[in-house]
Amino acid sequence: MRKLLLPAVLALVLPAAACGDHGGSGDTTLTVYAAASLTATFEQIAQEFEAEHDGVDVRLSFGGSSDLVAQIENGAPADVFASADTATMDRLVAAGLDGADPQDFATNVLEIATPPDNPAHVQSFQDLAKPGLKVVVCAPEVPCGAAAQQVAARAGVTLHPVSEEQSVTDVLGKVASGEADAGLVYVTDVRAAADRVHGIEFPESGDVVNTYPIAPVAGTDEPALAREFIEMVLGDTGRQILRDAGFGSP
Amino acid sequence: MIPRWIYAPAALGAAFVLLPLVAIVARVDWTGFLGLITSQASQDALWLSLRTSAVSTVLCVLFGTPMAVVLARTSFPGQGVLRSLVLLPLVLPPVVGGIALLYTFGRRGLLGHELDVLGIQVAFSTTAVVMAQTFVALPFLVVSLEGALRTGGRRYEVVAASLGAGPTTVFRRVTLPLVLPGLLSGAVLAFARSLGEFGATITFAGSLQGVTRTLPLEIYQIRETDVDAAVALSLVLVVVAVLVIGLARQGRAG
Repeated sequence: MRKLLLPAVLALVLPAAACGDHGGSGDTTLTVYAAASLTATFEQIAQEFEAEHDGVDVRLSFGGSSDLVAQIENGAPADVFASADTATMDRLVAAGLDGADPQDFATNVLEIATPPDNPAHVQSFQDLAKPGLKVVVCAPEVPCGAAAQQVAARAGVTLHPVSEEQSVTDVLGKVASGEADAGLVYVTDVRAAADRVHGIEFPESGDVVNTYPIAPVAGTDEPALAREFIEMVLGDTGRQILRDAGFGSP
Repeated sequence: MIPRWIYAPAALGAAFVLLPLVAIVARVDWTGFLGLITSQASQDALWLSLRTSAVSTVLCVLFGTPMAVVLARTSFPGQGVLRSLVLLPLVLPPVVGGIALLYTFGRRGLLGHELDVLGIQVAFSTTAVVMAQTFVALPFLVVSLEGALRTGGRRYEVVAASLGAGPTTVFRRVTLPLVLPGLLSGAVLAFARSLGEFGATITFAGSLQGVTRTLPLEIYQIRETDVDAAVALSLVLVVVAVLVIGLARQGRAG
């Protein structure tokens, strides 16, 4: 047992350590931290970027925007940061960690998501206030929750959510499983969830538009590559991929 | 006698566990501490956590004790497999437990329809929190009590039975008193595990102030906007956990 333990531990740890230096096939690594709602689109953009840049490996890390900023503040090795809202990007700027001015690259609006068969027959935003209806939203502390609160205020509707979830994914999970009758998530989330949920657009959503900014992180080892990646996101390739996923243009 | 070199890795391991606790204490914003932990949201979360954990612990004792007795005192085909399966939540990521509970007791789950007919809706309720906590904490009680039962042996039970005591009397007057310390430490473990439960709760019960948002969920949520409050509440949870473990040690020593 003792003889086996050390090699076993090394076997587990060493490849990971090696990965940290090189990561897959390329010689140079660009690390991009992006909001969770950008998962599908940024994976595509990263693929395009790798195809155009020989020997470059794009590493993606997705999460809640504020979690990502907290990680960067604590020294995480990010070269580029793409946030789901301007408030979170402002935190990066306030910490002096932006390598260049942030640029807006996409917008997103809320949409109602219901289980595929829409058992509570939700038709409009006003319907969400119906007594007995189980509505799930994001907590006001996270961008999607702040947006939901603003939309409700603008529409003059008082929501009584049965749960205030931590992320869009949690809201979608509760809706897709049929636990909740309706939830408020982004248009792009409904599209990404495909037939797991049914989406209902509502006119009031246009009042609260979420803007996604992107910026290089200060002190990156790859400032040129970071700039080129951001250019691709802002350029035709990125715009096309983002539009296909349901994002709007800023 | 233990080899002297063993102190080095032991100290390293201890430092690895203790340093983060020191870091939390060092990071606390003491000037605003009281205000941060006495906000309405924090009080609701702490009170909800204590209440649900207490109920979960009682449920663990009520169901876990018979389970431990059956596992320790009987043998039947497939018992080993059954034990492993029952103890699965020990090693399962809690979020998996939450998903499993959702598809069992949720509105469209395995028993969802039956529960609906009975007028019971557990989703998004405090009941769901208790169920999630009981699910993850039950094996802790079963494991520690089964261990106590096996170590204690059945000599006294055999003697009591030979003197004419019925099975229930033996269980009540001999078995239970003998394993009481084991039961107590099992219950404390279950309480502590319930107090820290996060993954199964957020997946199965949701998160709403005063209803389903326990202290760990509140910490997870508030750290998005207010790191100081998150740190202060973390310290509260650490202190409560230390108190619980300390009380249990006191109880066993006395």
